[in-house]
Amino acid sequence: MQQLLNFFIRNKNVLFFLFLFFIAIGLTIQSHSYHKSKFLHSANGFTGGIYNATNGISQFFSLKDENAILLEENNRLKELLLSRNYSTPNLSVGDSIKLRSSTVIKNSYALINNYIILNKGEKDSIAPDLGVMTSNGIVGVIDKVSNNYARVISILNTTSSVNAKLQNSNHFGELKWDGKSAEIVQLVDLPKQAVFKKGDTISTSGRSIIFPKGIPIGSIEAFELDETENFYNIDVRLFNDMTNLGHAHIILNKNKAEIEQLEANNE
Amino acid sequence: MNRSVIEQTTRFIVLVLLQVLILNNINFLGDINPYVYVLFIALFPVINNRMTFIFLSFLIGLCIDIFSDTGGIHAAASVFVGYARPLFLKFAFGMTYEHQTIRISQSDIGQRLIYFTLIILVHHLILFSLEIFSLSMIPSILKMTLFSGIFTILLSILGTTLFGKRIK
Repeated sequence: MQQLLNFFIRNKNVLFFLFLFFIAIGLTIQSHSYHKSKFLHSANGFTGGIYNATNGISQFFSLKDENAILLEENNRLKELLLSRNYSTPNLSVGDSIKLRSSTVIKNSYALINNYIILNKGEKDSIAPDLGVMTSNGIVGVIDKVSNNYARVISILNTTSSVNAKLQNSNHFGELKWDGKSAEIVQLVDLPKQAVFKKGDTISTSGRSIIFPKGIPIGSIEAFELDETENFYNIDVRLFNDMTNLGHAHIILNKNKAEIEQLEANNE
Repeated sequence: MNRSVIEQTTRFIVLVLLQVLILNNINFLGDINPYVYVLFIALFPVINNRMTFIFLSFLIGLCIDIFSDTGGIHAAASVFVGYARPLFLKFAFGMTYEHQTIRISQSDIGQRLIYFTLIILVHHLILFSLEIFSLSMIPSILKMTLFSGIFTILLSILGTTLFGKRIK
């Protein structure tokens, strides 16, 4: 016993180091698996508060660009409204989809697993597993919510996976990211029967309740068949400039609870 | 003693904020960022109480991790260089460091460069290995280590030269 105690005292630095090192490795490993990073994330009040304060300053300098983007979106919506001629009945999603606007207070895109912090949280009835988009396309899916802030798994995250399809057919695949360029994401598992060409638009498929159908994502940059020659792997150039996000819309689906309940009954 | 504690606390907070609010957003040529907070570990006074030092190294890494949502990669890299620092010191400054006579901010620029280079490259190598976490991407790990490392070394030398205390 005495010897054991002596051993601990003699090697306390090494043991302490190993202890801390393994804690750090443990945190790393659990952050690599989707939906498991329970303990440490920047959507908490303290770090969120600091990001919020500094974002207030940097936002002031980008007001001009922000205005231009909003103006452009306004124009597009007006055009849409006019070309619809007012009398066309409202199709597709109807009233079940609500958008809530929010400000991006922290954005990263240079890491392998990128996250975005928004300044809306539980207080604004935001919950995990809601989709986030801008006027140009999708941004990611919310995974952690605190009282005032929400953390979004960016589509520039190797653990992210979103269902996507070709704009002009119903062939769908899975949108992934290989961690290389912030402008290019990959659409995998698209059946080889699909017909498309370079420059075609990729949009969300509406197969999950997270994103409604038809939100544009990007255009086809390059494509090839995978090893089994049954599926296409496509490089998609994003419409969204992920390195320059100011405002984002959170997509609330009124029917979410109902659909989830239906799915739960099935099991 | 008291003055030193205040000095180190200030340096800790300033470096964490500098790192997460400014340096993490540089993204030079797409994805190259300097990780200058390692300076806290490099410049910490040489003291006998190593446990405190190892714990503080871990803590500064953990702070960076919480802010940048990276799990524990900064904490792991920092606690490792914190633990291995006596080796780097011995390599760069020879035996003098054991008598606790050196002041890193007042040392010769050549020795300081060797010391920073060692500590920063080891730190970055562990950092990017854990971040990318895949054997098939070793070239990319080495590339990131080199580029980010050069960036960090430059900023560290500049910073310590500009803000270091004058030699009496």
